[in-house]
Amino acid sequence: METTSTFPPFVITAEIDAEADKRIAQYPDDKKRSAVLPLLHIIQHQFGFINKEATEWIAGKLGLEPMQVFEVVSFYPGFRESAPGKYHFRICRTLSCAMAGSAELMERICELTGIDRSNSDSHHNPVAVSPCGQWSVEYAECLASCGTGPVCLVNDDFHEAVAPEKAEALLNQYKG
Amino acid sequence: MSSTETSPRPKDIAAEKGMVNVQIDGHWIQVPRGTRMIEACKIAEKEVPHYCYHPKLSSPGNCRMCMVQMGMPPRPAPGADPAYQDDGYQEISWMPRPVIACANTVAENMGIRTNTDAIKKSRENVLEFLLINHPLDCPICDKAGECRLQEFSVEHGQGESRFKEDKVKKPKNVKIGPRITLDDERCIMCSRCIRFMDEVAHEPVLGFSDRGTHTTVGVYPGRELSNNYGLNTVDLCPVGALTSNDFRFKMRTWFLKETPSIDTHCGTGTNISIWTRGNKIFRITPRQNDDVNSCWMPDSHRLSYSCPTDETRLTAPLIKADGIHEETCWNQSIRGAADALKQFDPSEIAVIASGRQTNEELLMMRTLAAELETEQIGIVSRLQESDDMLISSDRNPNTTGAKLVLASDDPGASLCHILGNIRDGKTKALVVASEDLLEAASFTEDDLRALELLIVIDHQTSATAQAADMVLPGAAPAEKRGSMVNVTGRLQKLNAACVPPGDARSDWEIITDLILALSGDAPHEGPGSIDAVFETLANTVDEFQEIKLASIPDLGQVITETGVTIPLVERENQRRANGEIVG
Repeated sequence: METTSTFPPFVITAEIDAEADKRIAQYPDDKKRSAVLPLLHIIQHQFGFINKEATEWIAGKLGLEPMQVFEVVSFYPGFRESAPGKYHFRICRTLSCAMAGSAELMERICELTGIDRSNSDSHHNPVAVSPCGQWSVEYAECLASCGTGPVCLVNDDFHEAVAPEKAEALLNQYKG
Repeated sequence: MSSTETSPRPKDIAAEKGMVNVQIDGHWIQVPRGTRMIEACKIAEKEVPHYCYHPKLSSPGNCRMCMVQMGMPPRPAPGADPAYQDDGYQEISWMPRPVIACANTVAENMGIRTNTDAIKKSRENVLEFLLINHPLDCPICDKAGECRLQEFSVEHGQGESRFKEDKVKKPKNVKIGPRITLDDERCIMCSRCIRFMDEVAHEPVLGFSDRGTHTTVGVYPGRELSNNYGLNTVDLCPVGALTSNDFRFKMRTWFLKETPSIDTHCGTGTNISIWTRGNKIFRITPRQNDDVNSCWMPDSHRLSYSCPTDETRLTAPLIKADGIHEETCWNQSIRGAADALKQFDPSEIAVIASGRQTNEELLMMRTLAAELETEQIGIVSRLQESDDMLISSDRNPNTTGAKLVLASDDPGASLCHILGNIRDGKTKALVVASEDLLEAASFTEDDLRALELLIVIDHQTSATAQAADMVLPGAAPAEKRGSMVNVTGRLQKLNAACVPPGDARSDWEIITDLILALSGDAPHEGPGSIDAVFETLANTVDEFQEIKLASIPDLGQVITETGVTIPLVERENQRRANGEIVG
């Protein structure tokens, strides 16, 4: 099903370029490659995900082959290669949260947002997006709050003890 | 009291020589300080299996196959002196956990165990993990027979797996470049290919994407592995993940015969192995020579071999009659060539030898020129751009040999003079060996037509051969025994991997027969073997003195100083000096 992206198109503005240069300058000239992670974070924060254009732009900035940037992008599940929704849910599914009902929480959020996870798998295509492009979900490994499971991140906001029945209230916080 | 108090201890004896004492599987040996543990084990002739380690590359330690048990002397209590045993060594305290041998260096009084139960178990476990996703397609894999995974599974594996047969499927039969195919599911993530492209070829197009069991080697979308040194990754690949399109599905490796020789595409003289079955070449691989080419060779040279079975091969002597080449026998062709040459005054004859010829062939060409009493002898120069790696700017493999044998600082200089004489009508007869003058020199078809007699000795048909009155079929580089001198002044040997097809013969024999036919001497007057030709060379050219062809080492020997260096080898020496690589 087609989804609508709520993120801006990939255009490097002077501000992003300056921010990138500032990060690169923090590293010695012969260690510029170390700036690949901060640059990826800048891009993902701005555009929601890291596409081919972005990978090649970063490679150009750091004098690397695109493959050397793609190695990092594809290694960390924190970096996305496709557009998420405006509000991206990362639901912990490690042992404590799983036992506290994270699968049910995922099911309930998908039900409320109209997200179809049948084409998602845990590795190559972990993110599922709602048709309206507003919402997206993926499972995350331990979010480090095992005593208050199930827990989830909505963009950068951390929510603890989100029982499945609290899913609707959680969504309402971000609607509108 | 120990007896060692009065005599120097082993550690002091070793330290004087810059060495350290290491106990490997119970035996003490001395190895140079800074040696990697894996190399120390090699010195002690103890096998330590490994995948990712390669002496010419960095040591990432990511395959975990080379685990050994390590021990060091216990640290003495504060204020106490180290305790030495009667044999002068300290007691070894063994560490409970294994360490990788590829990235750790030896230290004085270190102990290494390569065959304990724990180490055997460790290897079994590594192999069990490696085989989780590796397909069992050995019957169709080109690496079968020389695959480290096969070999180590037999030698160090446990023969069974606790995992259910549910393999991760990865891309198969991926064309990652014009010359290389990748079967990703066979990759064991040793990263040798990635490190080679980064550290040696300086074009890091290969990389790992994804994580864990999904890790996949490959190129970035839209990019390809087209570097002229890319096929070295196929040699480096310990399994069948990277295969050469040229060799893929052509021949099982155990049927192939390996012949050490040298590459003849440029002045570097890269050491190679020629792999043949019957009289056909199936592949060429680089042979390690740290003074010439390390372990590498360019793809352009590797793939430019000619087989005796090629359609362009000359297989019988040809004499032109009424504008058409007709096959003839050797006696008739040699006699015909000699008789034809006798019709000309020595000043009307020129001889064009070749920087592609061996020293022995060049000597015979020099002798032929002397027999014809002509001073017009030269070679075709082939100067182009160096690639700043292994391809020399001199595309002739034996210009240095030609300088020595023809006693000329610039044997290519006389070619202009010869061409000028042909155009002036002064030179009317020409003998050319191993050269297509239209392709490599400034000759035109009119120049060749202006000649009254053109004799060509070559192994492949060419425009010059087409224009020749007589064509004498010689041997290709892979069919020759002989010697050449590379740009750095190193004398190296060619060995015949196959025999010339049809009636074709070794060039030195053809030229010898021509000389005998011209002089009227009996066959036994000429050299009876190429070793005898080399003996004559050793007696006539100072640099070859006291050398026998058969005694030239496989890695060659320096016979003259040229001052020329090989860029890739220089860089590798620098990396070795910096401690970046071991070998």
